[in-house]
Amino acid sequence: MDYEITLLTGMAIAVMFALSLNLITGFCGQISLGHAAFQGVGAYAAAMLGKAGWPFLATLPAAMLLAGVLGVIVGLASLRVRDDFLAITTMGVVFLFVGVVRQQDVLGGELGISGIPDHGFGKLGFMLVAMLACVLVVLLSVHIRRAWMGRVFNGIAEDEDTMRVLGIDVPRYKLAAFAIGTALAGLSGAFLAYHLQFIGADNFGFIESITVLSMVVVGGIGSVPGVLVAAALLSALPAWFQFIGDYKLLVYGGLLFLMMRFSPEGMAGLVRRLRGAGAAREGAR
Amino acid sequence: MLIVELVAQGLVQGSIYALIALGLTLVYGLLRILHVAHASLFTLGAYVGVLLANAGAGLVPAFVGAMVVAGIAGVLMYRLAYQPLLDKPPFVALIASIGLYIASEEAFRIAFGAQGLSFADPRLQGQVALGGLHFKQAELMVMAGTVVIIGILAWLQSRTRIGVACQATVTDPQMAESFGISLRQVRDINFFVGSALAGFAGVWVALLNNLVEPTMGSVPSYKALAIIVLGGLGSVPGTLAASLVLGVIEAFGTIYLGKLLDRNAIAFAFLILVLMLRPQGLFARR
Repeated sequence: MDYEITLLTGMAIAVMFALSLNLITGFCGQISLGHAAFQGVGAYAAAMLGKAGWPFLATLPAAMLLAGVLGVIVGLASLRVRDDFLAITTMGVVFLFVGVVRQQDVLGGELGISGIPDHGFGKLGFMLVAMLACVLVVLLSVHIRRAWMGRVFNGIAEDEDTMRVLGIDVPRYKLAAFAIGTALAGLSGAFLAYHLQFIGADNFGFIESITVLSMVVVGGIGSVPGVLVAAALLSALPAWFQFIGDYKLLVYGGLLFLMMRFSPEGMAGLVRRLRGAGAAREGAR
Repeated sequence: MLIVELVAQGLVQGSIYALIALGLTLVYGLLRILHVAHASLFTLGAYVGVLLANAGAGLVPAFVGAMVVAGIAGVLMYRLAYQPLLDKPPFVALIASIGLYIASEEAFRIAFGAQGLSFADPRLQGQVALGGLHFKQAELMVMAGTVVIIGILAWLQSRTRIGVACQATVTDPQMAESFGISLRQVRDINFFVGSALAGFAGVWVALLNNLVEPTMGSVPSYKALAIIVLGGLGSVPGTLAASLVLGVIEAFGTIYLGKLLDRNAIAFAFLILVLMLRPQGLFARR
């Protein structure tokens, strides 16, 4: 049972993290190759505060606030550069994060932070709390998608300049996307810190940023159910692939490539296409 | 004296960056793809070079072999992976490229082992004194090699039909096509040349460190992406200048800012700073 609980907790955290990026990249069309940095900020904030004696639940808002504030600062960059330039800038952010954390003894330096205190919920309780938070993030995503804000995000993703012409305050909405998305990444980071009980800069590097982006893209960029399923599956993949052991990353990289090559709209697109084909067949009958 | 030494170190590193980034910038200029898997070709070149050298081939055949194999692999990569994705949103090709890179890194590890390979008989390791500075032979050679290669490339670009066709295609693909330029051919050639340059750089790095590892491509590949952005995406002279500048900045940064940031963070802090001040890159004419 222990193994399943750990796995499910990990999945819930991954889903939160992927949905937080989906808000920025999926909904609002602002690509980020450095999202793990914000999860890292949340994780380090929660770990430091937890070690200073704060209870787990109290560290959550602090982690979200800090990650969100830094997210807005990085979001300012998205007002200055677009597309590929933004991709590279955000990639720079994650290298900067790792580089800074590694050199600071206060943050544990190369060794990372260990001995993060217990959350006090027990393993099962923690899983339930993580799942609850995950459900809240899902609901928030669905809500934003349907609300006015989500439509504006969509408009910005489709055609930023037209939105400007329509009199929409594009910078404000972009910053809002970054603020919410990075704050949620911080939330997932706080959970991750308490889940692992040990964190280091390498938990939040470029590879992790790419991994979460691949969850969003494989799920179907912008699709909440797609990203949810993809994040849950991909986060568990390494554990399920134990039997292929050495070939794990080979298969992972290969899958990523094949998915993009043959179904760039991700799983959501695949489902839509299959449904479309089914409906067409129904119609023919 | 320290300053001169740091500049020299920076230029050696910058030459390597230039060789990797030039291929990347050729691809970007033509297809607007952030080609992360370029680093796979760099690593592939290094492996081919070491394997050939250890099989008894001279250094020159090792270089030629590495460039040809990397070049062909690059063309195959374009044909099989990128060509079908050209009309998709750019992040699709980016993720596909990252997937390819991860898979290839693992393939190298499985095929040749995680410890990496070394030259059985390391060459160009001798020290040379030059104006009070000490260089490895390989360090001087890589700088010279970069200058020669870039010279040849510049000549090809401006003086041959193929080169002019490439330039025309970058500027306006449709117009170039209606003037009878085969886009397919231009893209193949571009991938071949760019990938061969990556293979060339791979052998140099293998010589400099006397080590070829599966992961040797990761950091240079991310840095090369930063460099082509600094150089103003798709501009060859800009990329060259940005490579050298970044090499020198890193050399100074690790001495003076080493307590605060590591080498990669210095490079990317510089990148972010530049992009915020000049969003079009350091050397773009716009």
